[in-house]
Amino acid sequence: MLSLGRDTRGSVLTGSLLGAPVRVAAVDGYALEQRAARLAARSVKRESKEAGLELAAHCIDLTTLEGADTPGKVRALCSRALHPDPDDPAMAPVAAVCVYPALVAEARAAVEGSGVKVASVAGAFPSGQSHLADRLDEIRRAVEDGADEIDIVLNRGALLAGRLDVVHDEVAASKEACGRAHLKTILETGELGSYEMVRLASMVAMAAGSDVIKTSTGKLPVGATAPVALCMAEAIREFSDQTGVEVGLKLAGGIRTSKQALGYLAIVAETLGPDWLTPDRFRIGASTLLNDIVLQRRFRRTGRYGRTHDLPVD
Amino acid sequence: MTGRLEVRKTYKLFIGGAFPRSESGRTTPVTTPDGRLLAHVAQASRKDVRDAVRAARGAQGAWDGRTPYNRGQIIYRVAEVLEGRSAQLAGELEAVGVASADARADVERAIDAAVYWAGFADKLDALAGGVNPVAGPFLNLSTTVPLGVCALACPGTGVHGVVSLVCPAIMAGNTVVALAGGPAALVTSTLGEVIATSDVPGGVVNLLTGDHAQLLPWLADHDDVDLIDLSGAPDGSAADLEARAADNLKRTVRTGGAEDLLTAMAFCEIRTVWHPARI
Repeated sequence: MLSLGRDTRGSVLTGSLLGAPVRVAAVDGYALEQRAARLAARSVKRESKEAGLELAAHCIDLTTLEGADTPGKVRALCSRALHPDPDDPAMAPVAAVCVYPALVAEARAAVEGSGVKVASVAGAFPSGQSHLADRLDEIRRAVEDGADEIDIVLNRGALLAGRLDVVHDEVAASKEACGRAHLKTILETGELGSYEMVRLASMVAMAAGSDVIKTSTGKLPVGATAPVALCMAEAIREFSDQTGVEVGLKLAGGIRTSKQALGYLAIVAETLGPDWLTPDRFRIGASTLLNDIVLQRRFRRTGRYGRTHDLPVD
Repeated sequence: MTGRLEVRKTYKLFIGGAFPRSESGRTTPVTTPDGRLLAHVAQASRKDVRDAVRAARGAQGAWDGRTPYNRGQIIYRVAEVLEGRSAQLAGELEAVGVASADARADVERAIDAAVYWAGFADKLDALAGGVNPVAGPFLNLSTTVPLGVCALACPGTGVHGVVSLVCPAIMAGNTVVALAGGPAALVTSTLGEVIATSDVPGGVVNLLTGDHAQLLPWLADHDDVDLIDLSGAPDGSAADLEARAADNLKRTVRTGGAEDLLTAMAFCEIRTVWHPARI
């Protein structure tokens, strides 16, 4: 159960899984956008850039979520995840591969023993508009097939209708269905309409036991944006300050260039501190980004500009 | 009553259909022969080269997808707009010390070159390709295909030096990154305005003003550039640039802007296909 109340200082969430009520701060949208733009535009050079890109590559959830995914395509994706740059065996693998539930077993077999995790979207991704029992069943099956992490979508319909208790209970049930697997909850911020709503959705998802909150499905034209990333990072910090529970952040949707990735690293480092910049707590859901990072590394190694044609695309 | 405030022009780069200053913020002063400052012209850096190649690569597919006839029309439009700007371009050459008659002649040659290559566009396939006689039941066809992204080291002498390399390259369906410095820096920058108003899609022609010695090695090394024309490369640099270009299997040419079939063929490949004559 969860309810949203107000006192003289603002909004307060009271939830069955929370030790004490959690305060939800108001959001100053203008300040948020200004600060996010400033952080994302920070110029990062040389050694810091190298370290940043290394870290970004190490935090990637290499993703393929297409209707046309085949077992072969998933094996190719896993091979890219294990050896992002075929020319440089020293390049560390990415954090995880992210696939549809039906392909989890294939991915599991391909990355077994490597330390690369298998993530799967489940729960009627990307809309989430299905019966709860079916969604939970999908989660359980994906976990049985070997998924380490489950990405579910928040019930935006219920959230926008004001049924926070429904949203909360569904996420809590999903968390229970996950068992040992980590639960990442996708807010799909492009459909939430305001930063206030993003902040509230973040708090509800965290109060219901999500291990990670995630910006977007990647299926909408609007994916992760700098202000939304900052807004969610601030919510995570607020939640951690009040409850001591440290929730991770995953950014997904439209992150294609190294420059964008460095901008997001700056936002997380400045808001949550360097402790959050580990694959356990920070992820970037992407596929083309990895190629851009590989090209940057090659340029540093050879002093020549490479071309995208030389790298696998999916 | 005071005189009207002088509106001075900022000579910038032309990349992806836009007019950015150099990413590096650097400029080169261009002066009259007697040392009076005319303008600070943007001096391209390796990152501008990188951006220009990216823009050219992005525009290549769609440009190649147009019909040769349409490309010819667009290049003719370049000639039309050049004609309208001829006084300005000649003036910019005269300002840096080119004799008045030579400046006018250079601009006129440039316009004529654009007209020549405009007419060439829809004749290229007929001249360089066609049906080949073969001893067997096959229809054997050769067609021209563009190389992709061409880097052009233009001579720094004037408008013709740039136009006579850019036009044959884009005529064949390539996109270009053209580099010119020296006295041509002013007119190269102005040429961007000509191209931008001639229905040439953004990114098809990218014009950089800068130092050949500094930037050509980056272009020769670039894996995503398919041809480098060294017509205007500084003396003594060619051997090094050729070795770099050979390392990534780039085609290296020196067309010199000659108006003939050889120049046209330097900017394309021939693809031959065998069709069974009876199916």
